Amino acid sequence: MTLEVLLFIIFATICAVSAVLMITRPNPVISALFLVLNFASLAGLYLILNAQFIAVAQVIVYAGAIMVFFLFVIMLLNPEKEKKFFEQKTKLRIFVIAIVALILIQIVYIISLSNPSGIITREVARSVETGTVENIGREMFTNYVLPFEAAGYLLLSATIGAMVLAKKKFE
Amino acid sequence: MQIPIEYYLILSAFMFTIGIVGVLTRRNAIVVFMCIELMLNSANLTLITYSSYLGDVAGQLFVFFVMSVAAAEAAVGLAIIIAIYRNKLTVNIDEINILKW
Repeated sequence: MTLEVLLFIIFATICAVSAVLMITRPNPVISALFLVLNFASLAGLYLILNAQFIAVAQVIVYAGAIMVFFLFVIMLLNPEKEKKFFEQKTKLRIFVIAIVALILIQIVYIISLSNPSGIITREVARSVETGTVENIGREMFTNYVLPFEAAGYLLLSATIGAMVLAKKKFE
Repeated sequence: MQIPIEYYLILSAFMFTIGIVGVLTRRNAIVVFMCIELMLNSANLTLITYSSYLGDVAGQLFVFFVMSVAAAEAAVGLAIIIAIYRNKLTVNIDEINILKW
């Protein structure tokens, strides 16, 4: 068993377990912390896939900025315990889990039926070369410069929109 | 030994379905939002996987744009949640039903 496989097993297990724990904890702060753990292990998976830049961006943007923002809002609102909403609707929960398990089985069946690993094999050198900052930056500022500018305007408008939405109402 | 691509795809599908369960069963609007982030990340994992296995940089660029859109979405969505909390003093989505017919 190589190091790659070992790391994949560790990170994938952390990923799956923290996702399940996130949706089962009644306290939203603990769910947010499990989501941070999930994002960190996803960054590890991206590193195994040789996507170095995206792995770093995942840690900084998702696990850093966005989750700190979520935690701020949770602390600000102090929402009531939702345990009673969680335990009341047992029928709904069973129904949802059954439907979603069916969807998951379908997806897994389709993936294993189409057998992508028989068609796609990874060339490690090419894969490493793809994920470098140099390669991504070159592509982003030549072929994808218009979407890049559009993303900038989107972030600007979202900032203004968030300020307008969250400020106090005029009397 | 190389990791087969199916493992990544199945992990991504599992995370996506966990996100769906969270959106449908949780009643706290912020936690529903976090489940949506989880679903976005599972889609990102699929994109990165194919980008790495095919040696094509487009998937990683797409993930970069998804991240910026997710940041914008989180900012606006949490601002909406704060505005709702200010008006109705709750973030329980069962009690926020003014648009429900």
